[in-house]
Amino acid sequence: MIKSNTFFRVIKDRLFLCGVYFFAFLVIVPLFLVLYYIIKNGLPVINWEFLLSLPKPMGDVGGGIVNALAGTIMAVVTASVFAIPVGVLTGIYLSEAGEGRLADAVRLCAEILQGIPSIVIGLIAYAWIVVTFGSFSVFSGSFALALMMLPVVVRSTEETLKLIPNTIREASLALGVSYTRTILKVILPSGLSGITTGVLLGVARISGETAPLLFTAFGSPYMNLNIFKPADTLPLLIFNYATSPYPDWQAMAWGASLVLVFLVLTMNLLAKLIGKKWEVTF
Amino acid sequence: MGSNVLTIKDFCANFDENQVVNDVTMAVEQNQVTSLMGPSGCGKTTLLRCINRMHELILGAGVKGKVLLHDDDLYSMNPIEVRKRIGMVFQRPNPFPSMTIYDNVIAGYKLNGIRLKRQERDKIVEDSLRKSALWEEVKDRMYKRGTFLSGGQQQRLCIARALAMEPDIMLMDEPTSALDPKSTAHIEELIIELKLNVTILLVTHNMAQAARVSDFTAFMYLGDLVEFGPTEKLFTVPEDKRTEEYLSGKFG
Repeated sequence: MIKSNTFFRVIKDRLFLCGVYFFAFLVIVPLFLVLYYIIKNGLPVINWEFLLSLPKPMGDVGGGIVNALAGTIMAVVTASVFAIPVGVLTGIYLSEAGEGRLADAVRLCAEILQGIPSIVIGLIAYAWIVVTFGSFSVFSGSFALALMMLPVVVRSTEETLKLIPNTIREASLALGVSYTRTILKVILPSGLSGITTGVLLGVARISGETAPLLFTAFGSPYMNLNIFKPADTLPLLIFNYATSPYPDWQAMAWGASLVLVFLVLTMNLLAKLIGKKWEVTF
Repeated sequence: MGSNVLTIKDFCANFDENQVVNDVTMAVEQNQVTSLMGPSGCGKTTLLRCINRMHELILGAGVKGKVLLHDDDLYSMNPIEVRKRIGMVFQRPNPFPSMTIYDNVIAGYKLNGIRLKRQERDKIVEDSLRKSALWEEVKDRMYKRGTFLSGGQQQRLCIARALAMEPDIMLMDEPTSALDPKSTAHIEELIIELKLNVTILLVTHNMAQAARVSDFTAFMYLGDLVEFGPTEKLFTVPEDKRTEEYLSGKFG
């Protein structure tokens, strides 16, 4: 009696285990399929000319995406300059304040901001900045991207700092160190790996955003390094080329996709690496 | 009679309505180890945290009465100045996780923005680590993170960090409660050695520890200072009935 029971339990156990393995494996399949497809279509297009030259007029062979690369870097860096300091300081506030009306309100706002569709954020940036300045610009796109990145940075900073035990803070205060210095020189360095990881994931997230840039950074086939003028970014270029009827351009969209995916993956891996390398134990 | 480093007069402490230290008056003698002993919740840790003004960091905390460090009234000083002159060692070892062993010892100077020459720094670090009996174990790995050490070593590192500031008095809040028996014995030996250099006020819920290391013992119960005197006298001929009952294990 007992024996047969055990037998069926073992069988059930095995089946369950197989199921878990199967679905776990299933999860990694899409990523590799996507990567495979992008590499297959994108790799043939990529060469130095593709990376380092401007787009050619329609009909000419060749041309590249250097303007979009420069635009992406510009837009992301400008967005980071806004979002990182504001986000980290807000995160510090939230982790220090804990509960409280203002803190709860700020936390709620960050959550809602994260939930706003990116196209709406783009529209807001259009209404506030593009209309005010009277021109499309990288700046307005960066503003939209910064709004998208902000909640990510706030959250990751808050979550990281909350994990630092209070005893570390007390150790510093008990040495006669002021509150400000305790935060800046003890608490922040202890949370550096988590905060940097969060920031990098935020950057990776906004590098691929298209919707907020459609009517802000707008796109341009020329090289532009002025943040108050419109410029192309990789997602915009992919959007425009992929929806065009020309096979050359469609091929270039695959190439640009590969470059973009490569950039985002690198940032994700870097985030992982830094998280491991700078990790502190308490 | 030696001179008193610390004088506590008619001191009360509370959290909101809840009074946890009632009217305590006692003095701590120079270069002696004084224990605050008592069951959990008797107010000993709160009293200790009032002395370096860490108590007031908690929302709703309040105090009444006087604490004098030599002749200075601690509660009319800036808390930052108070904490620079009074060292503290906590229940759980808490070295700064982002810093090396070396930086942990010198942290009191570094974090307060006190600039020192390289030789001065090296000397302070070596002296402090020697005093806390950690030098021999760590001298070859000063630039490793402090958190890689064992629990007992971490606690000695924290003691070195407090000693480096040359405090007038060192507060220890159950410094061995998170350690194994061997590390505990090591820290207790260290406490006895340290009194040559510094005055120590030790909180413990372990009467054997109070008996082993301290010259004076205060017994606290329910926020009251029940009895205070030389350790030998308190443990052999206690005056108060409650002390006697606590020592004989009737409660606590």
